[in-house]
Amino acid sequence: MDALVLSRIQFAFTVGFHILWPAFTIGIASFVAFLSFLTWRTGDPVYRALMRFWIRIFALGFGMGVITGIVLGYQIGTNWSGFSRSVSNVLGPFFMYEVLSAFFLEAGFIGIVLFGERRVGPGLHFFACLMVACGTLISAGWILASNSWMQTPAGHVVDADGVFHVTDWASAFFNPSYPYRLIHMVCASYLTGSFVVAGVSAWHLWRGTHVKASRVAFSMAMWASLLLAPLQALLGDAHGRNTLVHQPTKVAAMEGLWDTGRAVPSLIFAWPDMTQERNLYAIEVPIKGFASLYLTHSWTGEVQGLKAVPAADRPYVPFVFFAFRIMVGIALLLIALAFTGAVLRWRGRLFTTRWFQLACVAAMPLGFVAIIAGWTVTETGRQPFVVYGHLRTADAVTVQPAGAVLSSLILFFVVYNLLLLAFFWYGARVAMRGPEPLSDETPNAVRPGLEQAGPALAGGAPAYSRSLAPGE
Amino acid sequence: MDLPLLFALVAAGAVALYVIADGFDLGIGILFLIAPRDRDRDLMMQSVAPFWDGNETWLVLGGAMLWAAFPMAYYVLLPAFYLPIMAMLFALILRGISFEFRFQATRLRRVWDFAFAGGSLVAAICQGLILGGFIQGVVVENGRFAGGPFSFLSVLGLLCAAGIVGGYALLGAGWLIWRTEGKTQLFAREVAHSALLLAIGMMAVVSAWTALTEPRVAARWFAWPANLWLDLFPLAAMGVAILLWRSLWDHHDRRPFLLAVVLFLLGYAGLIISIWPDVVPYHASIWQAAADVETLKFALLGIVVVLPLVLAYTAHAYRVFRGKTVLDAHGADAEAYGHAGRRTAALSTDLHLS
Ligand code: HDD
Ligand code: HEM
Ligand code: HEM
Repeated sequence: MDALVLSRIQFAFTVGFHILWPAFTIGIASFVAFLSFLTWRTGDPVYRALMRFWIRIFALGFGMGVITGIVLGYQIGTNWSGFSRSVSNVLGPFFMYEVLSAFFLEAGFIGIVLFGERRVGPGLHFFACLMVACGTLISAGWILASNSWMQTPAGHVVDADGVFHVTDWASAFFNPSYPYRLIHMVCASYLTGSFVVAGVSAWHLWRGTHVKASRVAFSMAMWASLLLAPLQALLGDAHGRNTLVHQPTKVAAMEGLWDTGRAVPSLIFAWPDMTQERNLYAIEVPIKGFASLYLTHSWTGEVQGLKAVPAADRPYVPFVFFAFRIMVGIALLLIALAFTGAVLRWRGRLFTTRWFQLACVAAMPLGFVAIIAGWTVTETGRQPFVVYGHLRTADAVTVQPAGAVLSSLILFFVVYNLLLLAFFWYGARVAMRGPEPLSDETPNAVRPGLEQAGPALAGGAPAYSRSLAPGE
Repeated sequence: MDLPLLFALVAAGAVALYVIADGFDLGIGILFLIAPRDRDRDLMMQSVAPFWDGNETWLVLGGAMLWAAFPMAYYVLLPAFYLPIMAMLFALILRGISFEFRFQATRLRRVWDFAFAGGSLVAAICQGLILGGFIQGVVVENGRFAGGPFSFLSVLGLLCAAGIVGGYALLGAGWLIWRTEGKTQLFAREVAHSALLLAIGMMAVVSAWTALTEPRVAARWFAWPANLWLDLFPLAAMGVAILLWRSLWDHHDRRPFLLAVVLFLLGYAGLIISIWPDVVPYHASIWQAAADVETLKFALLGIVVVLPLVLAYTAHAYRVFRGKTVLDAHGADAEAYGHAGRRTAALSTDLHLS
């Protein structure tokens, strides 16, 4: 493999790994800010316990986000020097603004969020939480502007050396796909966060531990998902229709559509064969013109096929095709879960239906999988270009010996997987230990036996925290 | 207005802030395993825990500003230092995440001790190697880096690495003298002596080595009569070093740290004098490497409007956590909820023993 392929794998792996944490922290930071607000205004110990609990989990994810993010900012220079040479005038300032307006904001207040509650009082603590939450959103705002500009470049001219120059900052920033991508991504993060909160709370409900606090959190999360899950599908639809205008080839790959046509069918499954330029084993939705309907909102709308562009300008279709199906499949599952929750709530059984609690625990990773799938659609669907229509990926890469890239790639693979393991280990420990016990509640009511193993329970939070830690 | 010049000044300021802020932070990591007791380590880590993220963000800003303002430096220098940059990133990953994981760890805490210390040390060494390679200059053809993956290696780089390790350790020790008390502070005072010797020694050797091997640098430092005022820099550095040595045992807890900062700034100024006005030494000046005027103007807005805000709330964060460090559980609620039972117990036994 040459440096190009290796650099692509490395970038995809590191950025895909990074995106998991911002996706997590964007949602949880807002949740923490909300809880901090409630704590401040009501002084209710339930909210305080929940806030402290989710701050601890947030801290772990935040740390992972920061350290994996630093890598990316440098990798653009080390591995993609052709890219950084061409687009520095456009994306350089965007990145600079992201650091100035988002990363510093988070960094400046995260200390107060994590360690400062007793030093600054509830009002300022809420402000700090709010600033961190804003930081995560502002960060998404800048990075998605950069990424969207690469998808649908605007407001620039290209000179003879292939260097981009900005003629209009407003249209470069608010490029045609930006609003869609931003809202779809932010909503995805909130949705993913909701299901993480729901899953952790459901676990405690299932075990019968921390019931009071977990009910509050579970209820909040199910309300949020009821709103966000259908919204995400609507936003996705709008996003896709925008893509159809600007990157029809990507949409054709998502749909596995080879020939341009009207009233095109929707595929449930197929194997898009790149060499024969047709689908094998196709299973269609038995509604004629269904894909035309959701793509163009007309039964007979025309959709461009892959063959409309030369083979050299097509992405690797199976990646786009399957990733899209994974994302949409998960969306449908999450919608179903959110509605089930609503029905159970209506019947008064939301907190007692045990199979539903297990289903929510199982659904925790789904949002993350959908996000990776969605980004795979976006990024691989844009190939073979890095800046769509202008700069080919092959011209973007740093020309260097493959060995250098291979060694860093292997290390990334090893180190990131170890970090992930450690994160699961400690994250699970914190999550399973649950919020601090409320004064009128005996923790771990269901496991009294273990409690006796530790020292006296009365003031002994430590003993309690030990009893559940998986690593002990 | 001379925008490239302005950006060069801001970038130089950002790098200086990075070196000082992450310097004491990495320095604490470098000293981490030498500290005699676990309690010292807890205190050391706690003393920087609220700040490390902000400190490292200056590094991120450095990269982003280089790309925005001096793209040529970004796309020539980063590939040139591929291996040390990657190694530095891995090191920063390990040390950064140790903050979060060590707080949670019980049995594996030793692993995170090593990750934190090793990561800090390797990051400092890599920065030294990069600095050395930077002063030495990189191979450029047709506006792109044209050397090999190992062409960053140089004797100068090794010397710089030793100097940076010493310097960061000095900053870290200064920080500890300022922000801790008792035995931890005592340890810091002791270790500061060796750190100072290493730092000042390497500063001298590096300066001499560059002056001897880099004719362009030598020409600048030995050009009569400019060298009259240039000579003030090494003299000032010597003076500061002597003051610093004597301040290590007096009662102004903050002074060693401040003097260490001054020492760093003097060394940094010396470096800038040597290579000014190049950003890619001996190939491109700040004006040749600069981005479009339009881009600089757009970015300027951020410097003028946002940067002062950043400085203000960063200062505020330091104010909130001023004073001597107290051991505090992660999550602000130590007394209500000791987060790691075994560890709290271990700590208190440690206290009884000492
Ligand atoms: C929880 C995560 C999640 C869920 C449930 C969905 N998406 Fe999504 N989708 C994303 C998370 C995501 C994402 C990771 O956030 C992407 C990648 C880039 C972006 O902006 O959002 C994305 C991209 C993305 C794209 C690619 C646009 C482009 O590259 O130009 C389309 C067409 C859709 N989505 C459409 C949908 C539809 C129709 C959905 C439901 C029926 C859906 N998404 C659910
Ligand atoms: C400003 C932001 C981004 C930049 C500058 C960027 C840049 C790039 C570049 C240079 C490549 C290499 C070309 C290639 O491998 O095909 C790439 C590929 C990729 N990126 Fe992005 N990207 C950005 C955002 C993202 C995000 C947020 C994700 C989320 C996970 C992502 C996921 C991927 C994936 C999966 C690939 C591999 C595609 C493939 O190899 O076919 N990217 N991106
Ligand atoms: C949709 C895509 C992305 C989003 C929403 C996003 C968001 C974030 C957020 C919220 C953080 C703060 C840490 C945290 O909260 O976990 C962060 C860290 C970081 N991200 Fe990303 N990111 C994205 C993709 C990228 C890409 C593609 C790059 C670079 C090419 C990047 C560069 C960085 C850097 C350098 C940091 C560390 C900043 C620090 O020191 O705090 N991000 N990102």
